[in-house]
Amino acid sequence: MGLNIIVLAKQVPDTRNVGKDAMKADGTVNRAALAAIFNPEDLNALEQALRLKNRYKGTSITILTMGPGRAADIIREGLYRGADKGYLLTDRAFAGSDTLATSYAISHAIRKIEDVDLIIAGRQAIDGDTAQVGPQVAEKLGLPQLTYAEEVISAEKKKLVVKRRLERGVETVECPLPAVITVNSSAPACRPRNAKLVMKYKHAKTITERQNESEDYIDLTADRPYLNIEEWSVNDIDVDSKWLGLSGSPTKVKKIENIVFQAKETKHITSSNEEINDLMKELIANHTIG
Amino acid sequence: MNNVFVICETEEGKVADISLELMTKGRSLANDLKCKLEAVVLGHNLKGLENELYPYGADEVYIGDDKRLDPYTTLPHTAVIVELFKETKPQIALLGASTFGRDLGPRISSALQSGLTADCTALEIGDHFVKKENKEYKDLLYQIRPAFGGNIVATIINPDHRPQMATVREGVMKMEVFDKSYEGKLNTLDIDKYLKPEDMVVKVIERHMEKSKVNIKNSSIIVAGGYGMGSKENFDILYELADSIGAEVGASRAAVDAGYADHERQIGQTGVTVRPKLYIACGISGQIQHTAGMEESAMVIAVNNDPGAPINKIADYVITGEVMEVIPKMVKYYKQNTK
Ligand SMILES: Cc1cc2nc3c(=O)[nH]c(=O)nc-3n(C[C@H](O)[C@H](O)[C@H](O)COP(=O)(O)OP(=O)(O)OC[C@H]3O[C@@H](n4cnc5c(N)ncnc54)[C@H](O)[C@@H]3O)c2cc1C
Ligand SMILES: Nc1ncnc2c1ncn2[C@@H]1O[C@H](COP(=O)(O)O)[C@@H](O)[C@H]1O
Repeated sequence: MGLNIIVLAKQVPDTRNVGKDAMKADGTVNRAALAAIFNPEDLNALEQALRLKNRYKGTSITILTMGPGRAADIIREGLYRGADKGYLLTDRAFAGSDTLATSYAISHAIRKIEDVDLIIAGRQAIDGDTAQVGPQVAEKLGLPQLTYAEEVISAEKKKLVVKRRLERGVETVECPLPAVITVNSSAPACRPRNAKLVMKYKHAKTITERQNESEDYIDLTADRPYLNIEEWSVNDIDVDSKWLGLSGSPTKVKKIENIVFQAKETKHITSSNEEINDLMKELIANHTIG
Repeated sequence: MNNVFVICETEEGKVADISLELMTKGRSLANDLKCKLEAVVLGHNLKGLENELYPYGADEVYIGDDKRLDPYTTLPHTAVIVELFKETKPQIALLGASTFGRDLGPRISSALQSGLTADCTALEIGDHFVKKENKEYKDLLYQIRPAFGGNIVATIINPDHRPQMATVREGVMKMEVFDKSYEGKLNTLDIDKYLKPEDMVVKVIERHMEKSKVNIKNSSIIVAGGYGMGSKENFDILYELADSIGAEVGASRAAVDAGYADHERQIGQTGVTVRPKLYIACGISGQIQHTAGMEESAMVIAVNNDPGAPINKIADYVITGEVMEVIPKMVKYYKQNTK
């Protein structure tokens, strides 16, 4: 029996490979210097979905992502690896959402997609490292959550069995479907793009992307509907805008400080008491330690 | 009402260190706010655990002792705590940034529509002024945490929603007995009142716990020792420094080969790659195979008695001196400068 799987995937700045120029002089993040990538653990999540698709005939995988227009790349990357469909949730009204407002929007988009058996998210996104969206979506949908998953052992007869990797051990748990799981980086890496699928889906586009094409662009979606990446705005999902964006986010950023030292000059220190005392004070004051 | 609340976890039948660290922090926040400190522990066979919490300044301890709460699964724990919070209305709630807290915290915050800030490295009380509305918020919880892969530090606040929730990693806050003879009050929770059959749908089939494993990869601060540490015994001072500043201990291959540290701590080309916000290299020369595994650290401090050691080229701070003189001083002055 096939499963209807949704994979939650986010486009994130590649914070793991920040060069020393990733911070601007004013102490803010130089987003332009950071590549936008498929959040690494969301690829682990996608791989689990693809394995289930190989195993259970008739399984379909839908990528759901919330972000700016260019996040459609994430859906294409998913299609290139074996996903069947994608939804891009994009609207100005989502901007500035914290994890709770994000979860609210995502859970309502999932409600609109019918007969979902399994929702697979990454454990955490590397831009915030919060690991909150998966469990918060599960709560909003009233579904059980299995976090820190390393392997989906089976998903048969409406019953899900998952191996979880905890700080101090492993656990095998079972729960009814539908359910939400979040996948760890210790799970198998995602397979590479499939050349045939790249050929098939390289012209997959959202409606906005198609509108922005030059005049000689030929819209292929009429005879190849699979090339249409669905784009949803606030109006397409049943939400109350007071729970979205900055105003719908309980958490606010009060202050941001840069802790990368600009144009690093090495400071030389001796082992004298005063100099080491000063160093420790400095590290505490700028929140590097303590 | 309006108190500071710590959601405790247990480990081998005792309150876990992370929870006691949060109690210590919670006590000082409660003192700043002139309110009470409350704690909740859920599980099975918890008799007497309240006595582990009183010395940390717990005014009220809630214990929910029931077979259905052990082993931990998300839904029943959420159900009990969400209801308990509706009854007790805390202004602040703290949890460990452990697999427990990072599973439970977001679920609770979603149910209560309250903000949650993960992995805080500091928690302070402060005010906030919104110019646009000319509105002053008094005594908010400043939730300070690294973001963007540790490249920035953000201060997060939850002005309008309660509780203000935060998770903190083990080892980040200090654990200190507040008063050995402090006496709080025990409240035993009637679990039947809180649980519904549908909370029990997740079943743990098998569980295999191991002794805590080293996790240098995810540590935001690493104290690494090399061959220049001189002996396995001398490595103890690195553990002491790491313990006090909330770091993990790493090692160079030469140190591992010499038996100063276990292989799982090796950093470099044939070990693990790390990108902490702070890397303290002690007695490590900085050969390319080592630096390949740590050069993306946001900040590097090198302690070496050779002013020409290659590691110094990639270091932000170079301390030229003997490891066994410098590192004990770092421990000492860290402790002196933090309460
Ligand atoms: C294929 C290959 C793979 C490798 N993979 C790795 C790897 O993954 N990780 C790794 O670390 N290495 C690796 N190496 C080994 C690497 O080349 C170096 O040999 C090793 O990193 C050196 O370790 P070290 O800096 O601790 O020792 P040393 O090079 O011996 O340096 C010791 C340093 O301590 C200083 N010192 C000595 N005494 C004191 C004192 N009392 N106080 C202060 N400073 C003192 C010295 O000045 C010196 O700089 C690999 C090598 C090869 C060939
Ligand atoms: N904007 C988003 N769009 C789609 N999925 C998301 C989004 N934000 C978070 N997620 C999912 O939730 C997981 C945890 O994210 P976070 O709570 O931000 O660490 C990610 O690994 C994704 O699977």
